[in-house]
Amino acid sequence: MELNQLTAHELLGKLKNHETSSEAILGSLYARLQKVEPKVKAYVRSQEIKNPDLNFTAQGFLGGLPITIKDNICTEGLPTECCSKILQGFHPPYDATVINKLKRSGAVIFPLKANMDEFAFGSSTENSYFGPTHNPWNLDCVPGGSSGGSAAAVASDEAIWALGSDTGGSVRQPASFCGVVGLKPTYGRISRFGLIAFASSLDQIGPITKDVQDAAILTGIISGYDPNDSTSVNQDVPDYTKSLTGDIKGLKVAIPKEYFISGMDAEVKAIIEEAVNKLKNLGALTNPVSLPHTEYAVPVYYIIATAEASSNLARFDGVQYGYRAQSDNLIQMYKLTRAQGFGQEAKRRITLGTFVLSHGYYDAYYLRALKVRTLIKQDFDKVFGDFDCIIAPTSPTSAFKIGERVQDPLKMYLSDIYTISVNLAGIPAISIPCGFTKKGLPVGLQIMAKPFNEELLFRVAHTFEQNTDWHKLKPKL
Amino acid sequence: MKYQTVIGLEVHLQLNTKTKAFCGCSTDFGKAPNSNVCPVCLGFPGTLPVYNRQALNSAIKLALAFDCQIQEHTKFDRKNYFYPDLPKNYQISQFDLPLSRNGYLDIYTQDIPTPKRIGITRVHLEEDAGKLIHETEISLVDFNRTGIPLLEIVSEPDLNSPQEAFDYLTSLKSIIEYLDVSDCDMEKGSLRCDANISLRQQGAKELGVKTELKNMNSFKGVKDALTFEVERQTQLLERNQEMIQETRLWDDQKGVTVTMRTKEGAKDYRYFPDPDLTVFVIEQSMIAQIKAQLPELPQQKMRRFIKEYGLAEYDAKILVSSKSDAEFAESCIQDFPGKDKKEMVNWLIGPLLSEANSRKVKLHELNLKKNELINLIGFVQKQEISYLCAKNVLSQLIETGKSAQDLIQEGNLQQISNADALTQVIETVIEENAKSVSDFKAGKTNALMYLVGQVMKKSSGKANPKVVGELIKRRLN
Repeated sequence: MELNQLTAHELLGKLKNHETSSEAILGSLYARLQKVEPKVKAYVRSQEIKNPDLNFTAQGFLGGLPITIKDNICTEGLPTECCSKILQGFHPPYDATVINKLKRSGAVIFPLKANMDEFAFGSSTENSYFGPTHNPWNLDCVPGGSSGGSAAAVASDEAIWALGSDTGGSVRQPASFCGVVGLKPTYGRISRFGLIAFASSLDQIGPITKDVQDAAILTGIISGYDPNDSTSVNQDVPDYTKSLTGDIKGLKVAIPKEYFISGMDAEVKAIIEEAVNKLKNLGALTNPVSLPHTEYAVPVYYIIATAEASSNLARFDGVQYGYRAQSDNLIQMYKLTRAQGFGQEAKRRITLGTFVLSHGYYDAYYLRALKVRTLIKQDFDKVFGDFDCIIAPTSPTSAFKIGERVQDPLKMYLSDIYTISVNLAGIPAISIPCGFTKKGLPVGLQIMAKPFNEELLFRVAHTFEQNTDWHKLKPKL
Repeated sequence: MKYQTVIGLEVHLQLNTKTKAFCGCSTDFGKAPNSNVCPVCLGFPGTLPVYNRQALNSAIKLALAFDCQIQEHTKFDRKNYFYPDLPKNYQISQFDLPLSRNGYLDIYTQDIPTPKRIGITRVHLEEDAGKLIHETEISLVDFNRTGIPLLEIVSEPDLNSPQEAFDYLTSLKSIIEYLDVSDCDMEKGSLRCDANISLRQQGAKELGVKTELKNMNSFKGVKDALTFEVERQTQLLERNQEMIQETRLWDDQKGVTVTMRTKEGAKDYRYFPDPDLTVFVIEQSMIAQIKAQLPELPQQKMRRFIKEYGLAEYDAKILVSSKSDAEFAESCIQDFPGKDKKEMVNWLIGPLLSEANSRKVKLHELNLKKNELINLIGFVQKQEISYLCAKNVLSQLIETGKSAQDLIQEGNLQQISNADALTQVIETVIEENAKSVSDFKAGKTNALMYLVGQVMKKSSGKANPKVVGELIKRRLN
């Protein structure tokens, strides 16, 4: 096996024993990129690759292990453009808090940023100003989104591990489509400082990794209270690797009936049911439950998320940074900059968000959505009163064809039907590979837990993983 | 008066915190443009605001001084609009749950012996915008001011004359100075005031069509602009001309208000709760703690001065209008021997305040030793020096720092009460003022005052006026 094919914890072992070096790992990644990046296009500006800053903290236990970062997480000195024309050439003069934490732990930031849907608006990575990423398992298919670049890079061994961001499923759904592990941590677990906001009350940075152990290690590094983010929670960060006990005997698992409805791909359904049986065989006790407000999650999400986005994206006006259209009139400059700088989906969401916040509509849309959000959260609270976790599919289908849903935003929005509620409720959820369709596309199993119970997610996911081989399969590229 | 004037004021007050409302930048005034800035107050992508507790503290302090109800759960909202002085294109402000509501300010105003109660609708905290500097060809923006904590203090339309508006502002400034929460400098823009004014028929219940006045940069400017507006609106009403709701700008040079914009096409700011800032809980204990630390406020101090030192209300009102003056005055009054403090009070509100005003300093900044002042007044009381001479000595005390005793001796200023020593001068004055002498004999008492004055003049103020008066009377009767 080449170095780039190994997991982070395997490489950490080798680095510790001086069997390899940061340079060697980077070298293997570069070699891999040369071979497959033209097909996968997981990264942006890959022609402009620079030598990475190898001045990593020698004391850090990561010992120079590279990590791939989504294009909406600020990295000092590296372009951070949210795959949007409007942020063209933006080099933040600061690192996101997660980047600081990684650097202090001895990580090397991979000098290319991972592709994504513009401002994380999408479920397929087709809404990138730099063009789509291709699914390593089938190049005609999407990798999912919006963190499609991060997931495809990890799946194709173009990255050891990566960071994505998840507002409505943007880590879990691409992880599912690409056959890798993706965690959406509890809202407030990880600082959002330096994550370019899509919907501030929903956004959370999350790891995308080759296995559960890597996810546990990475989550441990980037978690914790940050005085620069008022919404981060001051709660101790446990050693997540200690939760990888391999034991789930007596685990109380809830199966929400609203997540197994018509419209769900029959093959995916069968694979999920098989996974549930596997958990039972490992000692879990499963029971059907109801999350009655599930059907409102998508509309509620598209009101709250777009409302926040319309305001968050107001700052992209061409004045201080990024793209600016030329005009001798200020208002005209604003209009042209935004007309030329934002892609279609961004415009759609800004328009929608502006509408739902407008005078006369606020109460009917935004305020009501907030109330329903509370009901959705209460659904989960109720279930977690009796159960340790909830099991569901990550997505109703496996990866779809590139171009298939571009013209049908509603159908595209439904790709996130199983992931959105988790963001609305602020709870953590993980997606792990649990099988493949006949066409050879990965399917993800989603496990949800109550707030700040990532340990349980890792324990369940790790136990499943250790008793299956899905995570060991590699796409043929 | 046929019409009743109705005025409400909206004051914006920059708090004197060391750092900005949501980032760590300095709030120092007068720094090079765009030097007190950071990615947070410049609204760079990925940055997040963090509460400045000191600003919240100051805001609560002032709200308590107005006896406002403090909102237990206060939150911040985004006010969305595009403007180049606003880097995020939204302002963090407070909409439906302001920090505090329903307070009042008692003001002393002309012609009314008892204070008038002016309602305070709300006091809320927000961030200041940047400053636009318009040159001939271009406009420049200075973001130093961006993010400075700003309190908005909105009064009820309880003010019924430009003078009342002036007195309201004076009282407000006095309280703010006592609390030390702002430097209240209208010229520096740390206090800004907009006014809403309308007229209605005396006795009418409905409010008239209002005008919003802007661009006043002194309390006097506010009063002048309102006075102009009363006149303008009266004339329109008299001529039965239609009043339109509009915003008018005060032109201080020309002394007129001019139309700024008429169609106030209800702006839609799309307020919604800022998801980057969590709800701020103001605990009762926090309120109690701030309350306990509130200093004695001007009107409390005034009542105490009246009670403890037997001051007349008028005198007490003058002394308490400035906190530092009141403190200096109180220590002088306390140290002044005897129960009757009237003499010291007269000196304080008379010669001392006029010395301070002419030097544009506060009482305590006069280079004056308290005991020398007390000595000086003692000499007057013991009739060792005339009041007139003593006022000159006071000036010299301030200028030279010498003792009163020395100054009186050096200047040979001892009061002449000895009849023999005065006879010569009195005779001369009687000779030179035959007209006044005959007036006096005809029963005009004013003539005596005049003659005494002449003697004082000839004796360089050293003669004891009381003795002189007696001597003249005796001589002429």
